[in-house]
Amino acid sequence: MKKDPVKVRERKANERSVSFDEVVLGYTEKEALEEAARCIQCKNPTCIEGCPVNIDIKKFIYQITQKDYTGAYFTIREKNDFPSICGRVCPAEYQCEKTCVFTKKGSSFASEQAINIHLLERFAGDYGKENDLEVGLKKGGELSRYKVAIVGSGPAGVACAGELAREGIKVTVFEALHVSGGVLRYGIPPFRLPRDILDFELDSLKKLGVEIVPNYIIGKAKGLDELLTEGYDAVFLGLGAGVPTFLGIKGENLCNVYSANEFLTRINLMSAFKFPEFHTPVNIGKSVVVIGGGNTAMDAARAALRMQKIMGMTGDTTILYRRTEAEMPARRIEIEHAKEEGVKFGFLSSPEEFTGDDKSFVRKLRCLKCKLGEPDSSGRRRPIAIPGSDYEINCDMAVIAIGLMANQVLTRATPALAIDKYSDVIVDKETMGTSIKKVYAGGDIVGGEGTVIEAMGMAKKASRAIIKYLYKQTTINKNDE
Amino acid sequence: MKILKKLTLAEAAGVKITKIEVLSPDIAKKTKPGQFIALMVSDKGERTPLTIVDTDKDIGSITLIFQQLGFTTKLLGEMSAGDSLYALVGPLGHATEIKNYGKVILVGGGVGIAEIYPVAKALKAAGNHITVILGARTKNLLILENALKAVSDDLLVATDDGSYGRKGFTTDILDEVLQKQKYDLVYSVGPIPMMKRSASVTAKYKVKTIVSLNAVMLDATGMCGCCRVTIGGKILFSCVDGPEFDAHQVDWDELINRSKIYEDKEKHICKLGKL
Repeated sequence: MKKDPVKVRERKANERSVSFDEVVLGYTEKEALEEAARCIQCKNPTCIEGCPVNIDIKKFIYQITQKDYTGAYFTIREKNDFPSICGRVCPAEYQCEKTCVFTKKGSSFASEQAINIHLLERFAGDYGKENDLEVGLKKGGELSRYKVAIVGSGPAGVACAGELAREGIKVTVFEALHVSGGVLRYGIPPFRLPRDILDFELDSLKKLGVEIVPNYIIGKAKGLDELLTEGYDAVFLGLGAGVPTFLGIKGENLCNVYSANEFLTRINLMSAFKFPEFHTPVNIGKSVVVIGGGNTAMDAARAALRMQKIMGMTGDTTILYRRTEAEMPARRIEIEHAKEEGVKFGFLSSPEEFTGDDKSFVRKLRCLKCKLGEPDSSGRRRPIAIPGSDYEINCDMAVIAIGLMANQVLTRATPALAIDKYSDVIVDKETMGTSIKKVYAGGDIVGGEGTVIEAMGMAKKASRAIIKYLYKQTTINKNDE
Repeated sequence: MKILKKLTLAEAAGVKITKIEVLSPDIAKKTKPGQFIALMVSDKGERTPLTIVDTDKDIGSITLIFQQLGFTTKLLGEMSAGDSLYALVGPLGHATEIKNYGKVILVGGGVGIAEIYPVAKALKAAGNHITVILGARTKNLLILENALKAVSDDLLVATDDGSYGRKGFTTDILDEVLQKQKYDLVYSVGPIPMMKRSASVTAKYKVKTIVSLNAVMLDATGMCGCCRVTIGGKILFSCVDGPEFDAHQVDWDELINRSKIYEDKEKHICKLGKL
């Protein structure tokens, strides 16, 4: 008999919205056992197919029911090196949980009855962390003579690094910023992914022998060609989609109109919420408007709200979206969390023009009301602005969170690397190989904006192709000998 | 990232211009004129962009020159030879297009003089006739005069207070020089108002003019969009699309306004900090 899902403990909205501490507290052992017991251990578990890296979900949940938490941890680590991260930031309701047998077919995201797979993954991941469980190198180590360079230490780069390192391959990860983690660090706020969790999971790579070189830009300090001639046997590009896009409306370059990347980077990476102890500033308005409907918009709004409260401001933070809540691509839980914390929502609103004061700081935003039209290529109903429906709202700070494009620093410096019209790197879908031999790519630089686990999925595919290629080299070398 | 040498280049009435040489072999090897680095003084510091003024490929060092103006440059000025920077990344931005243009004028104002030096040197080596116009508030704040003299055919100086060279602005001299003779290119780096004035002077004479913009940056690698500038009506990022742009296409007023985004915060941190 199926019981109700075990609700996860969360810090109270009024307490959590004045700090950057983690909101979701995770399952206790008792809760995890109760939730795991709801799993009916389907004969054909569709959840595994719903996971971009195909974790054996059925098995690890069963292991939890048997109190074999160590076993559960290692089952996940067979496919995913970062269970504590993915257990927190995976949009599970669109992936594994969406395919759970308890979800009605055809729904666009998981029903509330689905097994809370991500929370069980988080439980197992955190258990592994607390008990210093370590996945060792694979036996044999036949590939230990090979070196692979990875460009970018975001989700794709680190996932690829982990897979290769466990084969005994010497892996060097080059990161442009001063710390590793990519979007996990600069994009996702600590209230969703605490820094000690992130640090711990990235440190587990170092234990596998991975070297991470920060402050290093491939394409600038060193060319891709140089990496190959200097003895790297293969290269993986996990460059990410790091370039913000703008609305293209009047007044968008007024002061205090931020891209989500800038606003979140100032807070998450540079700790601007601890200014002046940390030296990077960020401005906060009384009337903050965040434009967009994805997870980044939720993160930016919740971060802005926290900053307002920390600074003792009485103000409001509003998310403006051109469609309705149903079409919002953000995780349902993040939308709920934002609402609970006091973020306001303005649906069916299209931003038209920012206006500023005499010092060019933004003051107002003029919008048009929208209605929904026919579905577009994304399958979602298209917003249509209604002429003459103009209205104006107060806005002394805005965050634009409408999407990102490929980072082109490396691709511009490497003309031989084939890119498409979006400047994304073109790959062979089977091997993730690029137009340059021995160079592979994955993550957002290939697929445009996706989720953390999707990027990891591509990286794993690439790592398998790299491993296969290196084994082939080994055979060729042996024959030569 | 170790600071090998440190030297005070100029000092007057609360203003200090400092030169440091930092060990960074890979950056030194790859740097071309016009490029910059981003650095952090400590793990709590800001990411601050600075032009690479010179390189020594044998030692593997780069030379940076900065005016101790804001909190971060003051902290940087407090560091000594032997200390290490927390972070240093580069070379960033596009390099200057170095070729034989013919007759070139380089205008440098204040600490911007440091930025025209590598470009002047490379343009001279490419066979150009080089006229350099330098400007400073006062004689004691004029930097690199001799170094630039060595790589130029003409060198003219203006000071705001008339304590050295002509009394007035670099752009006054620029106007006169352009009136007398035809030039093929003007390259101007200094405070934003000076670059804006340079642009309006050279527009009169229809001379192609390049400026190197010092927009507020955060990561400086193309990720945040903080340093966006409007060039010919298009939004571009000064860190990855620049730092050099056609002076006649720049929306100067927007750049001036955006450069003041954190003025209040800067005053606040400088007051709180020990500096």
